[in-house]
Amino acid sequence: MAGEGAWPAMDRYRILPHTADGKFQAYGRTLEEAFANAALATASLMWDWEKIAPRVRHFVHVKGIDRAQLLVKFLSEIVYLLETKRFLLGRVQGLRIRSEFASLALEALFEGEELSAAHEIYGGVKAVTYNDLKIEECGGFTVQVVVDM
Amino acid sequence: MDLVKISDNVWEIPKQGEMRVPALIYSSARLLEAIRRDQTLAQARNVACLPGIVRRSYVMPDAHQGYGFPIGGVAAFDAEDGIISPGGVGYDINCGVRLLRTDYRESDVTAKRKELLAAIFEEVPAGVGKGGITKLNRTVLKEILVRGAEWAVESGYGRVEDLERTEEGGRMPEAAVDGISERALERGIPQLGTLGAGNHFLEFQKVLEIYDEAAARAFGIDAAGQVTVMIHCGSRGLGHQVATDYIEAMENAFGVAGLPDRELVNAPFKSPEGQRYFRSMSAAVNYAFANRQMIAHWVRDVFARVLGSAKGMDQVYDVCHNVAKVEEHPDGGRSRRLVVHRKGATRSFGAGRPEVPGRYRAVGQPVLIPGSMGTASFLLVGTQEAEGLSFGSTAHGAGRVMSRHEALRRFRGEKIRDDLAKRGIELKATSWKGVAEEAAEAYKDVDEVVRVSNEVGLGRLVAKLVPIGVMKG
Repeated sequence: MAGEGAWPAMDRYRILPHTADGKFQAYGRTLEEAFANAALATASLMWDWEKIAPRVRHFVHVKGIDRAQLLVKFLSEIVYLLETKRFLLGRVQGLRIRSEFASLALEALFEGEELSAAHEIYGGVKAVTYNDLKIEECGGFTVQVVVDM
Repeated sequence: MDLVKISDNVWEIPKQGEMRVPALIYSSARLLEAIRRDQTLAQARNVACLPGIVRRSYVMPDAHQGYGFPIGGVAAFDAEDGIISPGGVGYDINCGVRLLRTDYRESDVTAKRKELLAAIFEEVPAGVGKGGITKLNRTVLKEILVRGAEWAVESGYGRVEDLERTEEGGRMPEAAVDGISERALERGIPQLGTLGAGNHFLEFQKVLEIYDEAAARAFGIDAAGQVTVMIHCGSRGLGHQVATDYIEAMENAFGVAGLPDRELVNAPFKSPEGQRYFRSMSAAVNYAFANRQMIAHWVRDVFARVLGSAKGMDQVYDVCHNVAKVEEHPDGGRSRRLVVHRKGATRSFGAGRPEVPGRYRAVGQPVLIPGSMGTASFLLVGTQEAEGLSFGSTAHGAGRVMSRHEALRRFRGEKIRDDLAKRGIELKATSWKGVAEEAAEAYKDVDEVVRVSNEVGLGRLVAKLVPIGVMKG
């Protein structure tokens, strides 16, 4: 299952050089796994998700007109939950993507902790962008995302 | 990409392919080296293809790659048949800068600079996830979105005269809340009156050098050694959400087919989506004005407490760096209403423009260009030539040249703090990793940026300000 087990972070995603913002590629055997790893990559730009315990849960449900919009809206949930619920993502569980009429729907369970003085937040993602966004299938899936920081 | 050199500091991408107008780059050969390394020029060319673009797609000397539009890009579209694009404004709507002057000299604050910085750090919430001190409800937030800094002043944050020294008087009249999403409100509530993180900072500075005494005097800057305070922040999560919401809304309404970059998504300015974005963007602009108004008030409070008085702590000016506005500009012998997008660019109006406050109208608008952490910032004055050169716009800062990731690999926040301390600059921050990401070496040379602005006439140099104490979110 996506996000579970002792996958080293470097196999899940790679942070790429970008002049002003944050850019990464995330990988997965399935699209769902790549999306879940993209969520952890996004978190890694702000805090160390590997140090976050699964104490609090948030159910996430988003829709998109295509895969790109679905991914942008899914990753935007991390920023939204940080800013409004002080939630730090540590794990993504049960991520599912399905077609729903003309659009795509995604649901997943986020597990993590509430922000406290014990956590260092070293970066702020303002927004998830479409700039240079790629979703590629070649054996497995690779997604590439640039976030505004 | 083929660039034609027009003069030492002016370069052109001639009209080709789908371009409706040429792109013009204001840059020295040295700054151009960095600009050419990323996607800035390709992005300027893409902007030149958008419907209703007038004159040129302009690139400022501090430009770097953005998403869709370059950062340091200026583009104007006809208000009748042109477009408006959230990507032409950026995610941090009305990210901007406010400058306060003081009657204090460097010698007045040297002994107390640690105490001063600690007290400011205590008073102004900063960093990711730090809430504001004001408990806000939706009704009050909506009032702030409509009334901007006016609300703040009426609520006891600052002085009435601050308003006329703020771009737009601290309130964009076009603002409305009908298109502000529930999420934007939710993100806006805990963050009002907070500095944020990233490149945002608050610093007290001293005047190092004055280049234009008459303009400096008009702006309240009298001598080298005078202490000033600079506040750099924006509309926080509320503005970011407005941008995100309208990129999605415009994608859903107009589709993305044919766009070289989805972040270039746009709507006809006169369309319901275009108008709703403009009203909502204006509301986010007002939120940022209120935000800086509150922070300025707390800074004055701290100075009064630590140094005995906030007398003479007048606002010099407050400028937007990310905004779209409807402005009248001359075009072919007539005046034309244009939607001017400034993304990482500062309005730089010269003497006589009605938008420049009365007290500065004979001189020109103050232009505030912050440097990177620990380096100089500059006070400039807008020019009349800039109107012809760039719709009255100039640079907005140093502009990054190194990725955050690379900066993190190369620098350590604690070391930067120690190095600054040796140079007499105090630094306090919420995260040392965040400090390393903002290392001065990761940015372009701001001195070179303002030199080009001055030489070309986009904005003329008035004074150089260097930090004494820096607070980083």
